Amino acid sequence: MATWNWQFDGWIILTGMLCAVAAALPGCFLVLRRMSMLGDAIAHAVLPGLAAAFLITESRSSPVMFAGAVVAGVVTALLTEWIRRFGRVDEGASMGVVFTSLFALGLVLIVWSADRVHLDADCVLYGALEFTPLDTVSIAGRQIPRAVPVLGTVLVINAAFIVLFFKELRISTFDPALAAALGFRPGLMHYLLMVLVAVTAVASFETAGSILVVAMFIVPAAAASLLTDRLSSMVAISALLAALSALLGHTAALELPRLLGFGSTTTAGMMAVCSGGLLFVCVLISPRHGLLTRLVRRRLLAWRILQDDIIAVLFRLQERGDHPETNLQTMQSILLVRPAGLKLALRLLQYRKLIRFSGDAVTLTAAGAAAGRQLVRAHRLWEQYLASHASVDAARLHDKAERFEHFTSRTLRDELDAATHAPRIDPHGTPIPDETPADAESG
Amino acid sequence: MTHDRSDPAPSRTSTADGHSGGTARSDDPRRSAAPSSGCPADIPLSVSDLTVAWDRKPVVWDVAFDVPPGTLTAIVGPNGAGKSTLLRSVMDLVPRVSGRVEIFGRPYRVCRDRVGYVPQRESIDWDFPVHALDVVTMGLYREIGWCRPIRRTHREQAMQALDRVGIADLAFRQISQLSGGQQQRTFLARALVQNADLYLMDEPFAAVDAATERAIVDVLRDMKQHGKTAVVIHHDLQTVPEYFDHVVLLNMRVVASGPVREVFTSDNLQKTYGGRLTLLEEVGEAMRRRERSL
Repeated sequence: MATWNWQFDGWIILTGMLCAVAAALPGCFLVLRRMSMLGDAIAHAVLPGLAAAFLITESRSSPVMFAGAVVAGVVTALLTEWIRRFGRVDEGASMGVVFTSLFALGLVLIVWSADRVHLDADCVLYGALEFTPLDTVSIAGRQIPRAVPVLGTVLVINAAFIVLFFKELRISTFDPALAAALGFRPGLMHYLLMVLVAVTAVASFETAGSILVVAMFIVPAAAASLLTDRLSSMVAISALLAALSALLGHTAALELPRLLGFGSTTTAGMMAVCSGGLLFVCVLISPRHGLLTRLVRRRLLAWRILQDDIIAVLFRLQERGDHPETNLQTMQSILLVRPAGLKLALRLLQYRKLIRFSGDAVTLTAAGAAAGRQLVRAHRLWEQYLASHASVDAARLHDKAERFEHFTSRTLRDELDAATHAPRIDPHGTPIPDETPADAESG
Repeated sequence: MTHDRSDPAPSRTSTADGHSGGTARSDDPRRSAAPSSGCPADIPLSVSDLTVAWDRKPVVWDVAFDVPPGTLTAIVGPNGAGKSTLLRSVMDLVPRVSGRVEIFGRPYRVCRDRVGYVPQRESIDWDFPVHALDVVTMGLYREIGWCRPIRRTHREQAMQALDRVGIADLAFRQISQLSGGQQQRTFLARALVQNADLYLMDEPFAAVDAATERAIVDVLRDMKQHGKTAVVIHHDLQTVPEYFDHVVLLNMRVVASGPVREVFTSDNLQKTYGGRLTLLEEVGEAMRRRERSL
């Protein structure tokens, strides 16, 4: 364990959380508007506004500095739109032009004024979250890091804006045309959002720096969008992920250097890395498109199909009447699966009370026989249907029916039955079993 | 410009007269005026001298037509004929170079709530985190008002609209999980909850199955019976006479407009879809060439 000083580290984590959550809230709408780059652009372009305001007032906490940065942020949004429209280039290109120029201007201003005022370019770029507890203000007799009330206020403003204008933001993001048609001023919403992005970027400067704040805007929001299908839950989840990445980030910044044996690292940097890690996890487990989710789903389906196949084989053998009991070897030779997989599938079937073990041999229970009957019926009905209605050639009938039988419900079976005029035998000449056994006592 | 003589809508000339009076526009649009007086408040949509240009290249040129009340009007024309632009400029979504659009005799901006809109499906971000009911509820946002929360009565209203288009059971599906036809029905339901008097629809029949096409037509006919008016951009020429009673043939300018049985002729269609450049396009082309050479 590295040395934790709760007085100190607690403040750092809280500051990091405030910063990350405050950025994630408007970030959701940047991501949904496919304007992630505009967040990036504004975060960079507020720099000359900051520098200019700083040069004029020579103080870091002044509201003038905020105002200067906000103006620069809105100018970026306006210039981007303007260049896109009149320069006839796409939005990405016009953003690239605007924010690199403004950012460079900001850097020049900072370096040029370096001998007169104290404004560290490193701090502006990468932030100095570790030092926030050293710069305190006195509130109600307690010494509190100056960043906490600042970021707290920004967080409250952002949250209030989103709660108050949730409906308006949703409609103007999803369907600007309808929003305009209904009189909701999507242009106004756009610029209000840009103002918030600029304010958040400025407030986060000392904490996360102008480069890392972009990660705070975009990454938790993008991760949340993978996890949910509702806008409100996306906003909530992005806030949670942002807070989590701050906590993990600081922990990693303290613990990792010791564990891996390298020098020091920064909390803000590790926060960005951790949020990236969370995004990666979300990519894996996203319910709709997650890589891992799809893998698990495919695996589960394969398991179900194997169990179905076992039941169907047992039913067919039972139907012929020569093997009322079947042992593992026979089944393995018919199904061509690995013994381990077969054994597990048999255990699952036993658990579902569809089969019964007697020593080495396996028999279907009553429920198992009914399930097998339905599968075999579906299979043969499909063969009949494919032969008569889809003119599939005889050699391929079995393979197709073998696939379809696993996805055929009772209603679908009845429809097949009706469509093929309730056949008694399938194209191969085998009788098609009824839905339920003809004589009630068998089964 | 042909009009059915028995039609209650006034002819174009009388529309222009009504406007010149100046006082006519300030009248309450819902006031019932005698049809013979030609009060423009009767006409759901009246477009005159409308020109829209992108980058000085005209897309819609000097377009004028009236849509009579209680009719289903198709806007038909080849790709790039300016059909979507026309609808969007009616709703002030694209700037016009010149011209006048009046909805029930008044500018669009003061009678937004009488107009419902079904957008083109390409303009929708289908991955957006909303379900079908959310989308339909958006049609009620104006009624709900700025910063007010969505209440249960609004959701119930939206649910009824989904039920009317036959997909109430899919209300909580994310919109990309719906089929093309179901998506189109969702947006139709959204227009329905707006409870407008004039509906503008941008290709509602694009990429839908036969059942959905049937459902949309049923809803359109139902609207018409309730005295609503719909202006629909339509691609399938064969179904125009079956589904619609009025048609506007558009190819940058209006080739013909009026009752289907009068203007939907092979001659007019030839003019609309014919490959020959119209004189206007030729002069536009010449202007651009001249500009480039300067």
